[in-house]
Amino acid sequence: MYYDNLIFEISKENHIGYSLPDYDIPTYHIPKSFKRKDELLLPEVSELEAVRHYTNVSFKNFGIEKGMYPLGSCTMKYNPKINQDISNDPRFSLHPYQPDHTVQGLLEIYTETARILGELSGLDAFTLNSYAGAQGELLGLMIIKKYHQDNDDLKRTKIIVPDSAHGTNPASASVAGFDVVEVKSNEDGTVNLEDLNSVLGDDIAGIMLTNPNTLGIFEKDILEIAERVHGAGGLLYYDGANLNPILGIARPGDMGFDIMHINLHKTFSTPHGGGGPGAGPVGVKASLKHLLPQPVVKKTDERYTIEHHNDTTIGQISQFYGNMGVIIKAYTYLLSIGKENFKKIGQNSVLNANYIKESLKDLYQLPFERTCKHEFVFSGIKDKSTDVHTLDIAKRLLDFDIHPPTIYFPLVVKEAIMIEPPETESKDTVDHFIDVMKTVAKEAITDPETVKTAPHTTVVRRLDEAEAARNPRVKYRDLI
Amino acid sequence: MSKIKKGYYYTNTHEWVKVEDGFAYIGISDYAQENLGEIVFVELPDEEMVIEAGSELGAIESVKAASDILSPITGTIVMVNDELEDNPELLNEDPYENWIVKVDMEDNSELSELLSPDEYEDICDE
Repeated sequence: MYYDNLIFEISKENHIGYSLPDYDIPTYHIPKSFKRKDELLLPEVSELEAVRHYTNVSFKNFGIEKGMYPLGSCTMKYNPKINQDISNDPRFSLHPYQPDHTVQGLLEIYTETARILGELSGLDAFTLNSYAGAQGELLGLMIIKKYHQDNDDLKRTKIIVPDSAHGTNPASASVAGFDVVEVKSNEDGTVNLEDLNSVLGDDIAGIMLTNPNTLGIFEKDILEIAERVHGAGGLLYYDGANLNPILGIARPGDMGFDIMHINLHKTFSTPHGGGGPGAGPVGVKASLKHLLPQPVVKKTDERYTIEHHNDTTIGQISQFYGNMGVIIKAYTYLLSIGKENFKKIGQNSVLNANYIKESLKDLYQLPFERTCKHEFVFSGIKDKSTDVHTLDIAKRLLDFDIHPPTIYFPLVVKEAIMIEPPETESKDTVDHFIDVMKTVAKEAITDPETVKTAPHTTVVRRLDEAEAARNPRVKYRDLI
Repeated sequence: MSKIKKGYYYTNTHEWVKVEDGFAYIGISDYAQENLGEIVFVELPDEEMVIEAGSELGAIESVKAASDILSPITGTIVMVNDELEDNPELLNEDPYENWIVKVDMEDNSELSELLSPDEYEDICDE
């Protein structure tokens, strides 16, 4: 069913969705000069009309609760409802300016979440103040900068980023005032040690890496890389986007990383992808703890206090102490999974990814024949004779109610399609996805036109992305 | 199969150089525009800017990706094709006619380090 109304378009005079009791207070006349002169443009609809409108609009959306969402590098796992229930508890609706002694519960959740994240990642101290992954990256880089400044080591102006890194890495380094040095990756996306050696020197402040890397492959030389970067006086930053597959199995801190951010909205099941907000806690080794941003939540004799100022911090990067609602959701998830079960998250997401990779590699081009972690990349379909591209495959999946995977990233793989099936997908769903991918690959040969003109069943058909970027029309009114 | 024009010099990062009346014109190859897909924005340098071989000259954004344009040669930019600002699709339509910058080269011998059409073809086939 096609529904395309604004609420203002279904508005009819005198339709109302509320009833107010009679006044029981004396009428007060507002002077004319204070009254607004134009109409109050609010839609007039009954309660049922309002409910139908928003229900219909919601059908146009695609989310993890509607179908599979195998978006590489994004860990679109299911967000259990209990997370929402707990964070909605009115007892958590507190004001950030309340005195410390009236928010002890929240401060305990903050402290405990930080402690558990520290244990899972092998780092000694966490701040939960940053609002998102990218802000976490910026914060981490500011810590690297201050660390070198405090050592009077002012010539360290460069950050190393591999060419397969997430786009946010070079962007964050640049915003933090560093120059970005790109190192080449090997064919499988791992760091090329020779190229790394050629850039290491006394001007290097640090390196940003994720492990497993963007191609879903574990950086087996990580200890060697850490030793070399540390040997050159640099610090190691871990991009937490790919933390899911190593949960409970390997820890960035043990690999030699000094700083990392965690996307609570990816790994720890708080909503994202339009459902935000996010949270990007940052963890550090003990030697960097004094640099973490203020305010700092501290525990002293079974009481929690907030330290607003100290002399060693990099400063303040957010109001108050982070997106508390998101932190409560992540804390709920941490406790409901339980320490003994984290390993299964990593194992099952890795199993799902390898199962799909092996099931589809006859029809899709697999650039690296290796066991992957939570995600992997195909280089388009194998049979390219009908000129069907990855974009077409992605669009066709929409007709089967599957969200397209990440496409054309990473740039180091041609026609890249990057698939990440998180652990929350059952074998039945994964099998369904495999069947659909096979169907589309076969269609690409037998009926390429259908694939090239997909999607056919969605609210809107194939969009002109180039036109949208060249001449964006951002107001509804511009469309009519 | 993307087109490779004779008489041009190429880089392995898919830029080309054409020499005419003593000036070097720089653009991107057909292979580059084909792989980028529909180009939606071209970030151009300023005129009179001095560029070095291998350094960043500008950037191209397409519906798929953002990509740096690296200068194949060293010299001073004498003219910028600012038509690309409003019509970035020209690079898709004819990447060899629509040059990006015109450069007064510092050292013509740099051209010999660039790829011939045949050598470039081998790179595209890989």
